[in-house]
Amino acid sequence: MLPFCFEWVWNVDHIIFFGLLYTALTIVATCVVIAAIKTVMQVFGFTRQRHF
Amino acid sequence: MKKEHDQGKYKYGMVIDLDKCTGCGTCMVACAAENNVSVRPDESDKQRSISWMQVYKADNGKEFPEAETVYFPRPCMHCEQDGRGGHAPSCVSVCVATATTLDKNTGIVSQIYTRCIGCRYCQAACPYKARYFNWWDAYFPVDKGLERYLSPEVSPRMRGVIEKCSFCHHRLMRARTKAYADGRRKIKENEYITACAEACPAQAITFGDLNNPKHKVAQLIKSKNAFRILERLNTKPKVYYLSSRDWVRKIADNPVDEFSPISG
Amino acid sequence: MDSKLLPEGVERCSFGMFILWMLPWLAILAWGGLAAVLCLVKGLNQTNMSNVFAFALWIVFDLGVIALGAGAFFSGFLTYVVGKKELKNIINAAVIIGFICYSGATAMLGIDIGQPIRGWFIFWHANIHSMLVEVSFCITCYLGVLIVEFVPIILENRKLDQIKELHIFGHNLHHIMGVIAASGTFLSFFHQGSLGGMFGVMYGRPFAARDGFYIWPWTFFLFVLSAIASGPCFTIICTKLTELLTRKKLVPDNAIQLLAKVSGWLLSLYMVLKIADTLVWIYDIAPRAGFKFMDFYREGPYGVWMVAAELFVCGIIPAIMLMTPKIRENQGMLVTACLLNCTGIILNRFVFIIVTLAIPVMPFDRFLSYLPTWQEWAIGFAVIAYGFIVFSLSYRYLPVFPKERELNPIAG
Repeated sequence: MLPFCFEWVWNVDHIIFFGLLYTALTIVATCVVIAAIKTVMQVFGFTRQRHF
Repeated sequence: MKKEHDQGKYKYGMVIDLDKCTGCGTCMVACAAENNVSVRPDESDKQRSISWMQVYKADNGKEFPEAETVYFPRPCMHCEQDGRGGHAPSCVSVCVATATTLDKNTGIVSQIYTRCIGCRYCQAACPYKARYFNWWDAYFPVDKGLERYLSPEVSPRMRGVIEKCSFCHHRLMRARTKAYADGRRKIKENEYITACAEACPAQAITFGDLNNPKHKVAQLIKSKNAFRILERLNTKPKVYYLSSRDWVRKIADNPVDEFSPISG
Repeated sequence: MDSKLLPEGVERCSFGMFILWMLPWLAILAWGGLAAVLCLVKGLNQTNMSNVFAFALWIVFDLGVIALGAGAFFSGFLTYVVGKKELKNIINAAVIIGFICYSGATAMLGIDIGQPIRGWFIFWHANIHSMLVEVSFCITCYLGVLIVEFVPIILENRKLDQIKELHIFGHNLHHIMGVIAASGTFLSFFHQGSLGGMFGVMYGRPFAARDGFYIWPWTFFLFVLSAIASGPCFTIICTKLTELLTRKKLVPDNAIQLLAKVSGWLLSLYMVLKIADTLVWIYDIAPRAGFKFMDFYREGPYGVWMVAAELFVCGIIPAIMLMTPKIRENQGMLVTACLLNCTGIILNRFVFIIVTLAIPVMPFDRFLSYLPTWQEWAIGFAVIAYGFIVFSLSYRYLPVFPKERELNPIAG
């Protein structure tokens, strides 16, 4: 649910619930995007691949 | 425009006199006809048939000549609270898709059929078994003439959604429209009553505004014989019952401790 | 035939043998698929659910597999966040089992709702005060997390690993696994909890209702605890079953023993709290609603034996077995304890779902029973078959167990 959905109420409950949810989602999505960007950089030789 | 119905101004409720109820089932039929309740070619599976108003039978467990029977007509109780002080009934607070709400203006618990996803959590949460699921597609046998009874004021329900008693909400709408056309702000006491209350041949069902001291229901609930089913759960139902018989009041709840009789 | 796809340096059965092994599972999956189509096309009248049993076999299956799938998030948490290196040898298996459990449960829920095409209403028109909304959001997001955790394992397939881009992407995904595991733990914690909360907040049902802390009934915390106590045990069972079927040792004992030990201690903590919760329920919550403990077991097949089975046979006994090093080091005893633990958790979910609904609340109401139809069983078994299929495919084509090569050197 996004704030422009008509059930949305600007109260503490909604802010906590969706705040935490979207924070978790953003973290996961950011990590995957970073991994993808790093891959592209390494494939095209902009950065060196790290081995572990 | 000035808000016509202030918050919590009206609280529609029902009082059912169990000493008058004969268990004839007219309320169930009237309710089903009024609200376009779908039927089945074979209605024998009572666990899956729909009856917003259900008449339960109970007895005092004694042998003749002390044997007595009582009938509990059970519509949706339109509870005020969830039982732990939350200001929404249990079914409303659990609904995932906001498909059911408690209208603070009228006290009526609504059900939005096109919003319901059919998860049935509300059904599990309701202790009164007042919520019914549409296990099949809506069916009204055409050749039996049932289609002529269908009311244009109530939308029929599709398969896979929950439905329940709405206190004949469309009748409230109708009464409000009429009052508006007549230039009135308020509706009169008998202008809005439910189909079951209207149909009851024993006049056991009274309907009205519990907040209005002039209404008969508001006076009846003050009676020492008035009680509610499962009052201990603290869900604050708006359907009250009357009975002068102690055992009837007793079996309406699960009394773990001593029951205090008020008559005889 | 598929030898180029198999991991290097390990032994696998012939392709024909593998197909033969998969056939029965595929047949069950097809049977479940037929039932699913029937339910989606004809509606839920295909089941024996009713207005009394609004939740039934599928929800028991769902809650059961989700609790058992908790091994994934908890092992992930122990491996990447706490830093227990020995668990790296079992984490892949735990992730795959978690993925199977969560995807299976989500698919089942999709069939279980009356209007599947309106499923997105849960997310778009969410009522955030409903525990089921919390469950749905967290399960869906956590399934996403599990996919992100599963992808690098898939990319380790011999053929896929030869593609340079995928190889690098897989490596980069490995680097972020700590953050992913931490987010997974957060999401998983909340949905395991809210699954319990779902029943604890049914205040109209004194059999399930509980008081609690802030907005969460005690069942919230008990479900989290029971899930992390039984999840690792389920991972152990699956690993042991794979070892039995492949006749190989796949995971070093220290990883298994660590999981068993953690499980045992968590289970004992859970048992202490669960017994306290049961006593509060018997002496406070039930009487407040007008019930005596025995009133709940007046009719029907469910009795006090269920409480005894859940708390003692499948609770205290496996907890002691798993906590005692001597007992858990014995393979037979270890598997028995794990099985008892998992059975106890399934029984707990069954009691909260089926028994809660079976017991009438209105005193003049009747006790009603329920037996599932073949369609319900078929979909339940299809999820199990799906699990076997995904796990077999993963085992055959992916390096699921990193120590397999070391523990089973191929002669010559």
